[in-house]
Amino acid sequence: MATVITTNSADTLAARFSNALPAGIDEATLRVIDEESEWLSVSRGTVDPVHSSFDSGAMITVWADGGTGIAATSDLSESGLRIALSEAKYWAEITATRAIAVAAPGLEHSGSYSSPLEQSWESVGLSDRIDLLQQVESQLNISDLIVDRSASLGRRKVRSLLLSSHGGEIEQTFNFVYPMLAATASSGNDAQTRTYGRGSFCGQGGVEVMDRFGFRDAAPAIAAEAIALLEAPNCPTGTMDILVAPDQMILQIHESIGHPLELDRILGDERNFAGTSFVTADMFGSFQYGSELLNVTFDPTVDGQLASYAFDDDGTPATRQHLIKDGVLLRPLGSAASQKRAGIEGVANSRACSWNRPPIDRMANLNVEPGDSSIDELIGDIENGVFLHTNNSWSIDDSRNKFQFSCELGRVIRNGELAEIVRNPSYRGISRNFWRNLSGVGNNDTFAVMGTPNCGKGELNQVIGTGHAAPVCRFSNIEVFGADQ
Amino acid sequence: MIDQQYFDNLITTATAALTGDEVLLAAAHSEATDFTRFNNAQVRQAGSITQTSVDLDLIEGQRHTQASVQLSGDASADSTRIANVLDRLREQRALVPADPHLVINTEPTSTHQVGENNLPDRNDTLAAIVDRAGGRDLVGIYTAGAVATAFANSLGQRNWFETSTFNFDWTFYLQADKAVKSSYAGFEWQADAFDRKVADATVKLEALGRDSIDLPRGDYAAYLTPAALDEVVGLLSWNSFGAQAQQTSQSALLHMLNGTGELDASVRLSEDTANGVAPNFQEQGFMRPDEVVLIDEGKMADALVSPRSSVEFDMAPNGAAGDESPRSLAVAGGDIDADDALGQLGTGLYIGNLWYSNFSDRPACRVTGMTRFATFWVEGGEIVAPVNVLRFDDTVYNMLGSQLKGLTSEPEFIFDNATYGERSSASRRLPGALLEAMRFTL
Repeated sequence: MATVITTNSADTLAARFSNALPAGIDEATLRVIDEESEWLSVSRGTVDPVHSSFDSGAMITVWADGGTGIAATSDLSESGLRIALSEAKYWAEITATRAIAVAAPGLEHSGSYSSPLEQSWESVGLSDRIDLLQQVESQLNISDLIVDRSASLGRRKVRSLLLSSHGGEIEQTFNFVYPMLAATASSGNDAQTRTYGRGSFCGQGGVEVMDRFGFRDAAPAIAAEAIALLEAPNCPTGTMDILVAPDQMILQIHESIGHPLELDRILGDERNFAGTSFVTADMFGSFQYGSELLNVTFDPTVDGQLASYAFDDDGTPATRQHLIKDGVLLRPLGSAASQKRAGIEGVANSRACSWNRPPIDRMANLNVEPGDSSIDELIGDIENGVFLHTNNSWSIDDSRNKFQFSCELGRVIRNGELAEIVRNPSYRGISRNFWRNLSGVGNNDTFAVMGTPNCGKGELNQVIGTGHAAPVCRFSNIEVFGADQ
Repeated sequence: MIDQQYFDNLITTATAALTGDEVLLAAAHSEATDFTRFNNAQVRQAGSITQTSVDLDLIEGQRHTQASVQLSGDASADSTRIANVLDRLREQRALVPADPHLVINTEPTSTHQVGENNLPDRNDTLAAIVDRAGGRDLVGIYTAGAVATAFANSLGQRNWFETSTFNFDWTFYLQADKAVKSSYAGFEWQADAFDRKVADATVKLEALGRDSIDLPRGDYAAYLTPAALDEVVGLLSWNSFGAQAQQTSQSALLHMLNGTGELDASVRLSEDTANGVAPNFQEQGFMRPDEVVLIDEGKMADALVSPRSSVEFDMAPNGAAGDESPRSLAVAGGDIDADDALGQLGTGLYIGNLWYSNFSDRPACRVTGMTRFATFWVEGGEIVAPVNVLRFDDTVYNMLGSQLKGLTSEPEFIFDNATYGERSSASRRLPGALLEAMRFTL
């Protein structure tokens, strides 16, 4: 295949950047992103147009006179970088007396990272990739009740290069794969959709990502469950125990632990859009966030997870850290810049979605660590409850307190045994109370490593992938309801 | 950013290199954006972004493949990039099956619209915002600059739509989550208009200083400001008005489509391109009519039909983009004077904003979400106290149907402030809505 945008070598870009640096600055960084992607889908029996994307650009940040300025450009020539450097310096100067002071990073170290890769995307030809999707999609077509069906595969290859005027140089290459299946069954005034983890079975790697959750064989069960949901009773209403599968746990972690622990939210940066947090700076080190069974890590070192990396987008080396240990809140999701503003130790989580957006505090891989209960033990201890699978609706207040989530499929647990499936299972609660009601944590056999490909945050708006892993977990005394309330 | 001549030259060059019976479609987005982000009335992040992306669709017969490419702004380099993309698309096209849903515009219409650039100096605006904050806790974002949307094809069609706008979206915070949300957007910054926005927000902020109350779960009469109604209607805009969603029973308006549900007879929604700020052509060069009525007298009217859906579902296309979402949605006004809205509410909730809405039961069009920012308890038509955040969970058939008391007479124009990937050119026009009852659950 022909190359569309020729990637500049690190040495070439370093030379251009060095030549273009203006005088009178404290530090400047150049963050270059080169991205190629491919999106394939088959919908209702038709191969949709193959879509590829080729993107290349750079963000320059200049620290000068106590201010910080940014300029993003797709012109990576020396003259293009010179113009962008001048623009960024201008912004640093005109905002200096009115800015929240952010110290220059002093980036002097170097490093690299590449996604683990067992079988490259290119090793399977385009025709074979389409054939696979057609085959899988056709397996969703099991009944006239199936009114919509689709199978899709996305692939992104991203090269990130961070250079500093202080000599730092960090190069990272990421390969992402996003498999997806969906079937909607409809009859009368009802429609029920079942999916392949609603996009969460994604990760870093190559073709092998498809096989981590059985993409090639998943379609028949997905379609059958969509039809079964049409005929299933509504989820019961009441206060009861819930068992939460990993593909719902990731949403629960994301919304009611991840976002409230973002330090830029706690510092107020996001109050006009994404929101604030019920967590305050004085809680770290003492606040009982959940029951003593709750252990949460920020772990960018997990092989193949969606948001693994060696350095964040400010160049801070990334390491595994406990955010919550034995239920006690220890540290926030706060980058180096936020840590200096708040005086709290955090993690390496300064991330941008691309070259045209500045880094902000983000989740990366945020995981609930496994416990020691088997799935049989977790189910066996429930007298009256529901097993919840696959998120399909989420809503939470701007302080991340009052939430209401719904799932694609529920299964009643009665007297310690799985019983009938139910449709429209939903539950609501308040974050801290919910996590304090964590009463059982599944062992490694119930543990799954997944991701959330589309997390929106920031002004300017950004969408980025976050990784989440979790075991099956049990929560007690939860307000559960179905569609009729 | 690029201008129309630059784009024309690129596509003309690419057209000259086409082979056989190839047809090329090209859509572009180009912008030069300044942004300043504020927290506590100080600058958190500031800078500028210049970017141009082109979406290419290379067709021969019923086979085609598509790609997006970022341009550098250097004519020679960009011409090479587009030639490289076309080579890639040609290679891929040989491997894909015919697309039965492909349709191209056989009635090419060229247009050219460039609005005047009357934007203020960025330093002046920055100074004005910090000054008017007046020591208050202001958080938000200011964006400004030119945005161009374009289409061209190898058949000679050329469309260029360029506007220069600003959008200042901000919140005054009193404490914790007690805050007033405001926005000021347009084409020309007018100091007195901004001052009025600040003064209005300041009055509401003072009201938030009173002791706030917790309301128990239950049904309450409510007045939704246009911004609050925007959150509900905005959710409907996501996969409810399009032909594909409706034909595959995934529209949240399933009951209306089946004739088993309806809204109040006063409710009329339309894709009002003539009075919006989005271009009147979509990414494949099909023109948008001035108006597509989506709901009329509380009942379903037309769907938004993209070219692909028009073939798949045998419907007439009406200029919808591929996602079949409205770009210039308008909700018709009613007969309530906005100044009398609290008086007509009497006792109940004034809801300044809703937030994070999602379907809790999509086929039933049941929506859940939160109150946010300025929400007050009202008695005797007067604001009594701010209300701590509440979760609502109710159907649109109740909110805009059986429980709708009326809509205010003058819809408010709301510029979309979204900047996902690029600055949005969408907008909505909505009135406020007075509800006899709205269900709150947490």
